Amino acid sequence: MMLPTPSTSHVCFDHVYEPAEDSFLLLDTLSSSSEAAFLQNRFSNAQSPPPLVLEVGVGSGVVLAFTAANAERIFGRQDILTIGTDINSFACQAAAQTVRTAITEYGHGKTISLDVVNGDLASCLRPRSVDVFIFNPPYVPADLPDFARHDKYNVLPDGQKKTTFEQDSYLLELSYAGGEDGMVVTNRMLDQIPEILSTGRGVAYVLLCAQNKPEAVKQRIRQWGIGWMAETVGSSGKQAGWEKLQIMRVWKEALNLQ
Amino acid sequence: MKLLTLNFLTCAVKTCKSSPAAFPLHPRDATLQVVETELNLAFLKNMLPRLMWDELRVVADEVCGFLLSFPPPCFPCFPFPPTRSDLVVGGEAGAAATAEGEEEVEEVPSQTAQDLHRVLLETTVHEGKLVCGNCGHEYKVMEGVPNFLLPGHLV
Repeated sequence: MMLPTPSTSHVCFDHVYEPAEDSFLLLDTLSSSSEAAFLQNRFSNAQSPPPLVLEVGVGSGVVLAFTAANAERIFGRQDILTIGTDINSFACQAAAQTVRTAITEYGHGKTISLDVVNGDLASCLRPRSVDVFIFNPPYVPADLPDFARHDKYNVLPDGQKKTTFEQDSYLLELSYAGGEDGMVVTNRMLDQIPEILSTGRGVAYVLLCAQNKPEAVKQRIRQWGIGWMAETVGSSGKQAGWEKLQIMRVWKEALNLQ
Repeated sequence: MKLLTLNFLTCAVKTCKSSPAAFPLHPRDATLQVVETELNLAFLKNMLPRLMWDELRVVADEVCGFLLSFPPPCFPCFPFPPTRSDLVVGGEAGAAATAEGEEEVEEVPSQTAQDLHRVLLETTVHEGKLVCGNCGHEYKVMEGVPNFLLPGHLV
């Protein structure tokens, strides 16, 4: 069954990342029958506390909106909570609207969308509070932009109603440039994952491209400690170019004490 | 920003993470907006164990102080965390009947459920700031979006 893609027609793509192949791979993976089965096994108990879904770097909000509006299909329940963060304040405003619209238009209005906050990765989230974590990082091997300009470029110029060209370029760079191996931002995020995921049922989905050396990334995660798992659960394998993408699922298996 | 969001946020400063005083963040000089939404009773009932009751009560008290015209209730109306049954008129007995396959009973949200919904999901901070009780850092809220980006020396 094809699930509808949330509308992002209100989003200004001059300074907010436009949904692309990576975004759609995340949508396809989260709603695939194998991932829905995995997630429903963890979360579909109708009287358990609603899972909190966090997406870092929401951009247009298309992935979080899709997850919120299709909660029944993905999680087997409608009463999930969603929260997003983005370093780009314009993306925060845009994504909040994308999520609201999707929930009202085809999500039966039952999902509870919290807010999209302007922040650095998941640094403002309470430890152990996140049940499902989603991250489509800036993964392209390219120099990181100069953050010294961030405060200035994160708001409209004084007295102006429009962003400048330099500002737009900077904000878009934030959405794709990942430094060495395209992994500088992703590595910072991976460091936070054990702290933010809820004990017992927390699970993370992180997108990687071939240049990120995904096999080495997964190996490192498995060495976090006993029980930590990292597997590829989705890929855009048909296009074997240099930017071949995959979705990595990271979670901790409960110890089976006999 | 909904008050329920504060149930999940803490100070972004790394050294504050281990301090109990960094949660909850305290709204200050807040301009509130009430944005009406549909009450989701199943959600509220399931959410009860996830609510950090004592901390949310502090937040609700602080916020109510800013808006004198804001109609009661605030959290002080609930001396103890409510149970699932407290959220349904006549208790949750109806749910049991439904589970046994008898006639469907449409549950009616109690006043407590309506109050919780109003405070947690409909009351939003539109402008103002959120203050960490540990380091005192102030995070601005603009047009409903809190800004947790830290100046370079605090990262």
